[in-house]
Amino acid sequence: MIRFDQVNKRYPGSYEALKHISLEITQGELVFLTGHSGAGKSTLLKLIAGIERPTSGTVLINNQNVSKLRTAALPYLRRKFGLIFQDHKLLYDRNCFDNVALPLYINGVTGSEAGKRIRAALDKVGLLGKEKSMPITLSGGEQQRLAIARAVVSRPSILIADEPTGNLDEEYASEIMSIFYAFQQVGVTIVIATHDVPHVENSRTLTLNHGELQA
Amino acid sequence: MKQWLNQHAQALQLVLKRMLSNKLSTLMMFCVMGVALCLPGILYVIVDNLNRLAGDVQGEPQISLFLKLDIQQDTIKTLDEQLSKHPDIKTYKFVSKDEAWRQLQLTSGTANIANNIEKNPLPDAYFVSPKNIDPDTIERLQKEMQAWRGVEIAQADANWIKRLYSLLELGEKAIWSLVILLGFALVAIIGNTIRLQIMTQREEIEVSKLIGATDSFIRRPFLYAGALYGLGGGLTALILLLGIVSLFNYSIADIAELYASDFHLALPTLIVTLSMIASAIGLGWIGSYTAVGRSLSQFNAH
Ligand SMILES: Nc1ncnc2c1ncn2[C@@H]1O[C@H](COP(=O)(O)OP(=O)(O)O)[C@@H](O)[C@H]1O
Ligand SMILES: [Mg+2]
Repeated sequence: MIRFDQVNKRYPGSYEALKHISLEITQGELVFLTGHSGAGKSTLLKLIAGIERPTSGTVLINNQNVSKLRTAALPYLRRKFGLIFQDHKLLYDRNCFDNVALPLYINGVTGSEAGKRIRAALDKVGLLGKEKSMPITLSGGEQQRLAIARAVVSRPSILIADEPTGNLDEEYASEIMSIFYAFQQVGVTIVIATHDVPHVENSRTLTLNHGELQA
Repeated sequence: MKQWLNQHAQALQLVLKRMLSNKLSTLMMFCVMGVALCLPGILYVIVDNLNRLAGDVQGEPQISLFLKLDIQQDTIKTLDEQLSKHPDIKTYKFVSKDEAWRQLQLTSGTANIANNIEKNPLPDAYFVSPKNIDPDTIERLQKEMQAWRGVEIAQADANWIKRLYSLLELGEKAIWSLVILLGFALVAIIGNTIRLQIMTQREEIEVSKLIGATDSFIRRPFLYAGALYGLGGGLTALILLLGIVSLFNYSIADIAELYASDFHLALPTLIVTLSMIASAIGLGWIGSYTAVGRSLSQFNAH
């Protein structure tokens, strides 16, 4: 499903953020990516989602070489993923419903079909009653759950979350994690970057240290 | 197909909603475009109407040959032959002095004068239409005919028409220059407006790109916005033009009546109207396309 082969990533004017990364993640896996701040977790997730391109080496998603993809084909690769960003990237000028609608509109799904799916996604994260609320009125945990609803609404087969519990207290954090586990139950591949790895069965942990994968 | 339609309908809906929530600035935009587009429109109406007037006059002969009062019948015959053989002459018409006299007496306004004169003072005359009506040809013909036997005066009547025509040509050029200049201005204005809108929707564009929006998805609502500004501006220009022309026609109606004339400004034809609106839409589209193109490449750069 996801395969890295000797991947290096160097940002312009910076040292190497990732060095010689080789890894494989198969369908339905729950993978935690951990490491100190600046270890390269976000960078690795961005490489998976085609937001950054590797400096050298190959990134394969479903046997498709991301580094060889034309720029015009990147949007279609990104739609395979549900992305949850470190800073939510919610749109604060519209209500919850419209925030979750964005990926569907991008896919050309509108009208009652979109409405059904949006409500289903809000329901899954426990925000069904808040569809008309503005994101700014939500608590931190609720905002994070809204971001998850937006990521799953177009039913991606891979979920990628960058420190989804970073700013949350423990109670909220475990709530968020249990939402992810529910998605793993239905066969979604999940990659989560996090500082503190919870103890979960059927999961794997990858540790980055200064851009290198620790055995 | 359904998906494609959905995407367009949705973009259009979004844009209409945004425009409605910014009524004032949308109206301002329509007015700016309307006034700008109206200027060449007015110029067009003026030139077009003068053209029509000139067209009415153009059918009339360009050179009048007034013959000597004591001319002999066989001299007239020779003249007739000369005219019929001349390669530069399209048509000509002989009007005898008796006929001219009768006409003068019939024409209201001059009838009084004519009735007060006992003897017919008019000469026989030829009215000549050359094939070519450019000023040079007419002047040459006029000089040539002046020298013919039996001709008292050869008079080029309608040089002013040619002058009018060259003036009208100048007017047409002025319209085009104006259209091009204003076109650039409108593209810049719309481009700037769209650029500001892009800036306010920066976050949405960034997020959309991250989660898989294509460039055309992002461009679409802005292109619609540009085209709608064009449509609104074009319609505003049309309303302004209609208003100005009707106002003008209304105010000259009295004067025209005094002169027993039915002169009035004719409106632009449907084709001209439609192409005016179409070009306004086109300008809006180009303006927003360039603006979005520039912003997108900035987004893509980082
Ligand atoms: N856009 C960027 N430009 C330059 N350097 C970057 C950029 N993004 C990240 N880096 C650098 O790459 C390294 C890894 O960053 P990141 O992947 O964000 O780490 P983490 O998410 O584990 O904290 C850091 O040293 C960071 O400064
Ligand atoms: Mg990070």
